Amino acid sequence: MSDSQRPDADRIRTLLASEGDEIKENTRLFNAGRYDAVKDVGEDVHERNRTRAREIKEDAIERLPELIHQTRNAVEANGGTVYVADDAADANRYIAEVAEAKDAGSVVKSKSMTTEEIDLNEALEDGGLEVWETDLGEFVVQVAEESPSHIVGPSLHKSREEITELFEREFDPDEPLDSAQKLTAFAREFLGERIDDAEVGITGANFVMAESGSIALVTNEGNARKCASIPDTHVAVAGIEKIIPSVAELEPFAELISRSATGQEIPQYLSLLTPPVDTPTVDFDRPDEPGFGGGDGERDFHLVLIDNGRRAMRQDEDLRETLYCIRCGACANSCANFQSVGGHAFGGETYTGGIATGWEAGIEGNDVAEEFNDLCTGCSRCVNACPVKIDIPWINTVVRDRINRGKDPGFDDLLVDGLVPDEEESGTPLRKRFFGNFETVAKLGSATAPLSNAVASTGIARKAMESVLGVDARRDLPEFERTTLKDWAAERESRVADPDRRVALYPDVYTNYVQTERGKAAVRVLEALGCEVVVPDVGGSGRAPLSQGMIATAESKAEDAAASLLPYVEEGYDVVVVEPSDLAMFRREYEKLLDAGTQERLDEGSYEVLEYVFGLLENGADADALPAGDGHGVAYHSHCQQRTLGLETYTETVLDRLGYDVLTSDVECCGMAGSFGYKSEYYELSMDVGETLAEQFEPEADERTVVASGTSCMEQLDALLSPGTRHPVELLDPVRR
Amino acid sequence: MSEGRAATDPVAEFRQSLSDLDTPSTVVAPDELGAALEDVVETPAVGAELPFDDLSLADAPVTLDPSPAQLRAAASGVTGSRMGIASLGTVAVESRAEGDEVVGLYPSQHVAVIKASDIRADLADAFDWLRAEFEAGRRSFVLATGPSSTGDMGALVQGVHGPEAVHIVIVRDNE
Ligand code: SF4
Repeated sequence: MSDSQRPDADRIRTLLASEGDEIKENTRLFNAGRYDAVKDVGEDVHERNRTRAREIKEDAIERLPELIHQTRNAVEANGGTVYVADDAADANRYIAEVAEAKDAGSVVKSKSMTTEEIDLNEALEDGGLEVWETDLGEFVVQVAEESPSHIVGPSLHKSREEITELFEREFDPDEPLDSAQKLTAFAREFLGERIDDAEVGITGANFVMAESGSIALVTNEGNARKCASIPDTHVAVAGIEKIIPSVAELEPFAELISRSATGQEIPQYLSLLTPPVDTPTVDFDRPDEPGFGGGDGERDFHLVLIDNGRRAMRQDEDLRETLYCIRCGACANSCANFQSVGGHAFGGETYTGGIATGWEAGIEGNDVAEEFNDLCTGCSRCVNACPVKIDIPWINTVVRDRINRGKDPGFDDLLVDGLVPDEEESGTPLRKRFFGNFETVAKLGSATAPLSNAVASTGIARKAMESVLGVDARRDLPEFERTTLKDWAAERESRVADPDRRVALYPDVYTNYVQTERGKAAVRVLEALGCEVVVPDVGGSGRAPLSQGMIATAESKAEDAAASLLPYVEEGYDVVVVEPSDLAMFRREYEKLLDAGTQERLDEGSYEVLEYVFGLLENGADADALPAGDGHGVAYHSHCQQRTLGLETYTETVLDRLGYDVLTSDVECCGMAGSFGYKSEYYELSMDVGETLAEQFEPEADERTVVASGTSCMEQLDALLSPGTRHPVELLDPVRR
Repeated sequence: MSEGRAATDPVAEFRQSLSDLDTPSTVVAPDELGAALEDVVETPAVGAELPFDDLSLADAPVTLDPSPAQLRAAASGVTGSRMGIASLGTVAVESRAEGDEVVGLYPSQHVAVIKASDIRADLADAFDWLRAEFEAGRRSFVLATGPSSTGDMGALVQGVHGPEAVHIVIVRDNE
């Protein structure tokens, strides 16, 4: 297995070096723009728009056959033509025929991912047509003969200097093109002539409105307007999922699309066109004739709606949501891994970023999605970014599961099948099963500690782990504790005679076997605040197998965990969770893994530990029972899933109340995200992502105590700064008083 | 849109939004339109006759129904706009037989003439208007906000396939 991963590691290293800087700068700019733009409009308003947009998409995809029919009727009534293409070849053939019927020599295009998807340019060029991309980013990529690296910014990976070099080499201009202005002026001139000469203009369509047969185009440059109105023939190409009922439903999307994509309130040009339009055709071959050269050209409009796998996606319960996507790119911008490597690593044949797995799996197949699917760490930072509330990490997990299942069982499997207690079919890669069954490893490691730790850290063991499991030898391994948190708690007498509340502290795998100190601290803190605390005998939440795409195993873990915890909830206990990724399981992923009633009861009965402490203090618990901060400085890194759930403020507030001076990290992610950073081919990427966090905390680390809520964040911070990161609850531990 | 602004008068808010976009604007009485355009328009200029019964470009320094060569050579293009959005500084330009779409797109300056009473508060109001227009059979508009721009060449540049500068002339309504 390790051999097949080497090229990945090399490719990632190369991309980090060659494209990383530009991608980082640009995606972070977009991302920061989105944060600001959402704040400006108001979180509530934004949330309302998202909810409405989601509803419209759910309804439209549900009613898709009917809407396609309605669109066809409307466009035909307007004098245009609709063609529904089954696949890429069908679409390309139709568009080539339209061009041929017009005797076209050249075609101009505005940006359209759908035409990228079907490789339209190649198909038309093979037929002898000249094809020009008029969006400047697309133009750069076309001239460079590369593929787009981002849904919204195709040439995001190129610096101005690289574009200058490219253009000067390819076009040999009279003057040097050594500024963005000159480059833009050159492209404007060059492409302007081609637009004026072209017989056919091809655009995408961000939205198609069934009732009136209209299309909406979102652009900043103005090229889509020209491509749609200057050539006599306009072909608009769109996936069938772009249809919404009418102009009335366009409103929330008009609010959301640019704000999510680039942080603009509205694009420079939001065109609502109902072709054929009344704009006179301009005949540049009769330059001196008034009335736009006679303006008597016959306008012709074709709407090409592309299926190419979409109807099957619509029938697929898990991939269906992908069709709600409005291609804003926010999931890519908010993704820490994407910020480092961009779409040339984190993308497939066409689509890039978080949602690319869904698109590529649906359109191309799981084998294409497999090439980059593991770059999604499931951190969930994209979930709140998506304007239509697509559960992108879930789609990535489902596809990962399907990829695992598609593998042929090998010798490894026969071996592993007998050893691990998972629910996976043979064929699931050995390494995935190792990380997915971390609970078993931890149980064994703990039972044989400290010997297991000593053995695991030897050079031979690390080498073997690297070659067999792809666990990078540069990473420190977790050290297992001989006495688990459960054992420790079982030995202990309750300290609270007349408890205000009763708590079942959830012993997640890490807290139980590795980070027992934070578990003990949590118990003491809760007791000091008047709670009776028990540590129930319950297994892992299923987070580990889930992140390896082992859904069946995760589901059975989820069922066991719920079955063990719910009786406590029913008896009036509150479930308190130390590890945020496990709380996120209860709150988010269990929706998919358990029946609704069970999930809701567990969700309502569970709290993150500092969220719970906050609640206790709010309800009159005595903060003096905890050690005071005395103005001491804390550098706090929340956890990505915790932030998605909106929980980081509780930790900040509690620390603040106790008198700490809190500095919170503002990076998207630590880069470790579960088992990701352990994997050899991703180690360097993981460190690259972590660099931003280290940069922010490094100058503070001498003066401030570094704390992090999540296990993997702690491990990453320990690797980046000097070891010693703690969980915030450890600061609250009464033994420190 | 934001509450602080809601109370102010739409023309003032519209102009504020325009100035946030670095887009100059002028407010004139109906009978001053010709003179105002003289000031604002750079020649040679082309125009699409205004979509208003009581206002015309007949006296303005623009060529209506231009030839392709005139369109290409024009420094300014003048069109009307039947709807503006105060909170955004957006104008709606209709695709009509008069050629508004190309007149507003080719020259490096786009001058849009709008009536004060046609300014709507925000995008939600604009969509009410759009829905009514669609129902009335007028169904092709571009909502244009500021000049065209791109960041694809390594820095933000204005004026790509569309105008580099926009000037909005707001015509006060007859009292
Ligand atoms: S999945 Fe959501 S965030 Fe990602 S591109 Fe699609 S709409 Fe945008």
